Amino acid sequence: MLDMTNPKYVLMVEGLTVSFDGFKAVNDLSFYVEPNECRVIIGPNGAGKTTVLDLICGRTKATSGNVAFKGADLLKMREDQIVHAGVGRKFQTSSVYEDLSVFANLELSFPKGHGVFGALFFQRDDEVKARIEEIAEMIFLAEHLTQKAAFLSHGQKQWLEIGMLLIQDPELLMLDEPVAGMSVAERKKTAELLNRIIADRSVIVIEHDMGFVADIATRVTVLHQGKVLSEGSMEHVQNDPRVVEVYLGH
Amino acid sequence: MFSEYTASELGAIFAMQGFAGLILFSVFVLMALGLAIIFGQMGVINMAHGEFMILGAYVTYLVSNLFGDHMPVLFSGYFFVAMILAFMAAGALGMFVEWAMIRHLYKRPLDTLLATWGLSLILQQIYRSVFGAREVGVTIPDWMMGSLPLTDMIEVPINGIFVMILAVSISAGVYVMMYRSRWGQQVRAINNNRQMADAVGINTALTDRMTFGIGCGVAGVAGSAFTMIGSTGPTAGQQYIVDTFLVVVFGGAGSLLGTIASAFSISQAQSIMEFFLSGSMAKVLTLLTVVGILMLRPQGLFSLKLRK
Amino acid sequence: MKTHSHAFLSPRDMIGFALLAAVIFVVFPMLLEPFRLNLFGKYLTYAFVAVGLVLCWGVGGILSLGQGVFFGLGGYCMAMFLKLEASSPENTAIQSTPGIPDFMDWNQLSALPWWWEPFSSFAFTIFAVIAVPVAFSYIIGMAMFRRRVGGVYFAIITQAIAAILTILIIGQQGFTGGVNGITDLRTLHGWDIRTDEAKTALYFVNGVLLFAVLLVAQFVRKSKLGRLLIAMRDQEDRVRFSGYDVANFKIFVFCLGAAFAAIGGAMFTLQVGFMSPSFVGIVPSIEMVIFAAVGGRLSILGAVWGTLLVNWAKTSFSESFPELWLLGLGALFIAVVMAFPNGLAAVWAEQIEPRLLKLTRRGTKPLPNATPAE
Repeated sequence: MLDMTNPKYVLMVEGLTVSFDGFKAVNDLSFYVEPNECRVIIGPNGAGKTTVLDLICGRTKATSGNVAFKGADLLKMREDQIVHAGVGRKFQTSSVYEDLSVFANLELSFPKGHGVFGALFFQRDDEVKARIEEIAEMIFLAEHLTQKAAFLSHGQKQWLEIGMLLIQDPELLMLDEPVAGMSVAERKKTAELLNRIIADRSVIVIEHDMGFVADIATRVTVLHQGKVLSEGSMEHVQNDPRVVEVYLGH
Repeated sequence: MFSEYTASELGAIFAMQGFAGLILFSVFVLMALGLAIIFGQMGVINMAHGEFMILGAYVTYLVSNLFGDHMPVLFSGYFFVAMILAFMAAGALGMFVEWAMIRHLYKRPLDTLLATWGLSLILQQIYRSVFGAREVGVTIPDWMMGSLPLTDMIEVPINGIFVMILAVSISAGVYVMMYRSRWGQQVRAINNNRQMADAVGINTALTDRMTFGIGCGVAGVAGSAFTMIGSTGPTAGQQYIVDTFLVVVFGGAGSLLGTIASAFSISQAQSIMEFFLSGSMAKVLTLLTVVGILMLRPQGLFSLKLRK
Repeated sequence: MKTHSHAFLSPRDMIGFALLAAVIFVVFPMLLEPFRLNLFGKYLTYAFVAVGLVLCWGVGGILSLGQGVFFGLGGYCMAMFLKLEASSPENTAIQSTPGIPDFMDWNQLSALPWWWEPFSSFAFTIFAVIAVPVAFSYIIGMAMFRRRVGGVYFAIITQAIAAILTILIIGQQGFTGGVNGITDLRTLHGWDIRTDEAKTALYFVNGVLLFAVLLVAQFVRKSKLGRLLIAMRDQEDRVRFSGYDVANFKIFVFCLGAAFAAIGGAMFTLQVGFMSPSFVGIVPSIEMVIFAAVGGRLSILGAVWGTLLVNWAKTSFSESFPELWLLGLGALFIAVVMAFPNGLAAVWAEQIEPRLLKLTRRGTKPLPNATPAE
């Protein structure tokens, strides 16, 4: 078994497999993410991209394989423990707390007061407020702090969700189609935001917009039918004939 | 304890307890089947299930009186008429209740629980007003009375055998309907993906109503069978409701085979323990074991698949 | 839901609390003679359970159909203490075994069971009233919530537990007094609890304890934990990904509801003078849910009002029209679920309060959001 505490990689995925009633959505998948890397995962629909994120963050139970984050075995941990280990995941469909304000959404994600008694006696002090305002500024929602999240536009909800992850300061951020459904202007702003936050951490992004991918990617992994089809820089992948055939088109 | 009996006596005791357990098992199966259909396929908890059962029992009582008073010649056959009528009466009431109340609450299972509890109170009160607060006895036709001797030490009550045959045939009937009929196909389609079922033209509202009605109808037949082992009163339905729920949950909701397996184990455990302990301790231990196992394995002991 | 002021007690809350306090501590004592006052005191003990249910069910989404278990456990602990005091050797001189409760004597027990012994101490009893139900609820909570059992399954299992405990208590009548319960309780440290003065005094103690419980509930409500419970109720999985161990929170609120119910049970025993299994099982447990539902499952003050209203109706109807009562109660369950899911509190907030505000010429202020009182 490979040494799972190799400091060269922040995330090591080995032989990851999940089987739903015999159908292998992810099939003996392996890839390695380095610190401060922005890895973009692309591939046709049904390739297993979202499932990979589900497996890493604990939403779905793997059938076999290993996932190590900074030496910790993620497959043995609960979802909230994985979050505390430093892995943040943004979902494909908006999953902010619709009934709460932007401020309350961010406050809920604040990395303090996560235990029962911590939450009971949690005070909304200046430190908390300052940090929330700082994040709100970064995600372009400084003017909307008291707004109920349900009333935000689709793009704003995506930003809010990114903010909810940022406030936890994760070392590995996983984003599932962050610019889906956004206007061109919103995409530009999101690309700016992501480039800023990528600087301090490792990021895995699932995306379909190739222009956007080219903007942010350090390396690209192409998934097909639950396995890695190709991996490397953007040019390498774009010129790989297998990728062209399966996904990018002629 | 055991040393008081010879080996063959012990064997006979176990066999007879086993048979008593089988009768209990059959009643559990009949009660649980109706509930399993409704809960397993629709996710609806019907707290008034016992009262639908008692409706069947009361219908049986009425039919037995009717035949006794007006058609004594046909009395020995009344039971079959009673069962059919019980099915229809309970089924009709079930369909009405689904239309009036349940269909508004599909997305709110906890609220359905409370609303059907209210329904059970109302039904209990109606039975009390119509039939009186005291229990009524149902006269069993002659051919059902007595026992069949199997060996010189083991005797089996005939009504028990009847109930068992009934349970088996109805289970088989439900299975066939669920997995071989058009209706069953539609129910399973709706269970899997309601929106798509709607989109391909399945009348989901009507199917839901029929499903609920059939579940209640089966309860009505269980009530008919129940008249042979217990007395019928307005609150008799409450007696077995917790057991029935546990049987369904223990068997893994959505699995008919699981329900049957679960009914078997629970009824056998209880009747065997009843022999050695007092009635109430046997009940307590059985329930505790079931709850304990559920705490360790919440999807039920016999559920076949578990997808995260 | 609009994010209300995060102050512990908003002006609106304070008016609500003050109104309830006035009714409980001033109006009822003034208007009711001791017998009726004691009756309302009994109703208020059920309110402890209802307030707990608002937190568990309304806020937390955990429907427990077995709160009678905790009410009963608290009540039985207190009853055991009082029974031991009433069974002094002088009082029980005519028994075959003096010094033990009468029902034990009738059942041919010749000594006090070991687990009854500690209840001769008042301090231990007070400790047990809270500790035993909380321990019990903790075990149940750990077993269920750690395995992510919730919703309907959880409700059914709580029902089963209520049934189990009832059968056990009734079956073991030598140890528990059986179906009649533990009766003929007389004095608390020599103070006769059966006199009118005592009952009135206990009524006030009950009221004070209820307010203490209400304030604790309010604190939980307004804290981040309260907001988390609501988030978990609606989007449990999402909350896990925000880094919260959902099971712990559910266990906490379930144990808190159990503690509240237990205090209510103990006060019931003191005020009414007995405890029996008829308060432990499925039927009383589900009735306690309707008290919270009628008042408004999201409103802790509403829970108290709902309890008072439903119980008062029950007493009135049972006296004059007993058949109608069951029909009415059944209809109430259905009506609350289908037509008034947020109970009286919502009716108040949406229909009555805006009109009152308009009348008092505060119509220049925008009308409050149509949300139930928190």
